Amino acid sequence: MEATLLRTPIYERHVALGARMVPFAGYEMPVQYEGVIPEHKAVRTDAGAFDVSHMGEIHVDGPTAQEFLQAMLSNDVDRLADGEAQYTLLTNEAGGIIDDLIVYRLGHGQFYLVVNASNRTAVYGWLKEREPRGCEVRDASDEYGLVAVQGPRALARLGLPEAPAFTHAMSELDGIEVMVARTGYTGEDGVELCCAEDDSVALWDAIVERGVTPCGLGARDTLRLEVCYPLHGNDITPKTDAISAGLGWACALDTSFTGADMLRRIKDEGPTRRLVPFVMEERAVPRQGMTIEGGGEVTSGTHSPMLDQGIGLAYVPAASATPETQLGIDVRGKPRRARVVKKPIYRKER
Amino acid sequence: MPAAESYPDDLRYHPEHDWARVDGDEATLGITWFAQDSLGELVHYEAPEAGSTVTKDSSYGEVESVKAVSDIVAPLSGEVLEANAKVVGAPETVNDDPYGEGWLIRIRMSDSSELDALMDADAYRTHVAES
Repeated sequence: MEATLLRTPIYERHVALGARMVPFAGYEMPVQYEGVIPEHKAVRTDAGAFDVSHMGEIHVDGPTAQEFLQAMLSNDVDRLADGEAQYTLLTNEAGGIIDDLIVYRLGHGQFYLVVNASNRTAVYGWLKEREPRGCEVRDASDEYGLVAVQGPRALARLGLPEAPAFTHAMSELDGIEVMVARTGYTGEDGVELCCAEDDSVALWDAIVERGVTPCGLGARDTLRLEVCYPLHGNDITPKTDAISAGLGWACALDTSFTGADMLRRIKDEGPTRRLVPFVMEERAVPRQGMTIEGGGEVTSGTHSPMLDQGIGLAYVPAASATPETQLGIDVRGKPRRARVVKKPIYRKER
Repeated sequence: MPAAESYPDDLRYHPEHDWARVDGDEATLGITWFAQDSLGELVHYEAPEAGSTVTKDSSYGEVESVKAVSDIVAPLSGEVLEANAKVVGAPETVNDDPYGEGWLIRIRMSDSSELDALMDADAYRTHVAES
């Protein structure tokens, strides 16, 4: 099968910076520039920039937009004021997760969703099919560039003012108009900057010129896993429900949305398996798909650059989900000891 | 600091990107600059036990980076005399110095005629250029 890979508007810059490019969600994306570990540490100690222009952006506008999203998304959209954002799930009838996403309220009846690149078509299709009168769902993914700048010095490097997490505002960076959102996928302070597609390269250059380290998808994965943010396609899928995945906090079960009945039932009965973070007690790197003694499976695994040990997320029987439970993970035929821990796996000393 | 690309002339090379430095009936084995660069920073080395045997063209251990795991293929057959404990404790040593401090095992060769099948540095450089 020969499929043509798409490129983000910043592709040429990645190549010029010496990035190793890999296929991801139909795009040719940088997996690393200098190396996963130095990029990871740059984000934990200073600031790193990620081209996330491959992600999908969907506008939902109109007098019935809010009511529609309240019925489609797991979290409580009604709680959002203009300028606020919320982590939420698009769920199916079984309570399975079609995608996890961030919904931004731009104004009255104006919403903007940032969705995973690999789910862009599925999310757009799901919403468009159910679009009510008085509401328009529009895939605007190709109209925007998106760059995440993350790390304790991200705001200082960009000269942007402090703002509460999960807020957004229109602003300007070195003459480029951007929407600044106080969101991210690394567990660090930081922003995600959305600009017109034509400004993407200028935005990227401005960020890099301000001393922010370019980072690839490799570091993005190790960073999110250290703080236990699930990755859709690995840890959460249309076949896994939000309660078992530990995302009950993103489900307003007192509201009515697709699959809410099923999720209420799972919550009441207690899930039979749970997604838990774990650390390796022996030198070994857990990987997706490895099986766990007594049942269960690793859904994400890597080597933590901050802890210098193997870490991961796994579905285990509910009885094995308590922190400090010992797990045996089959690492290519060799049993290796691991231990269930509390979220997050890595917590910064403050 | 990661090492610069090099393929020393005094080594023999296996197409799976492993090298051998021969000294009498003993040989020191490791992975090439190309192999470590393809993998990225190593975070784990699953080493064989001293006294075990390794067989030419077969895997004798694993090296892992953040993103990937790779079998290490023996360029020669023999008995393992020692695995490099420094690399077990600090796998990134291989990235810093793949032909020196980052060696992986020392073996006593069981069949020195196997050396004839390995490449010299020039042939290996050509092999890498075609990879």
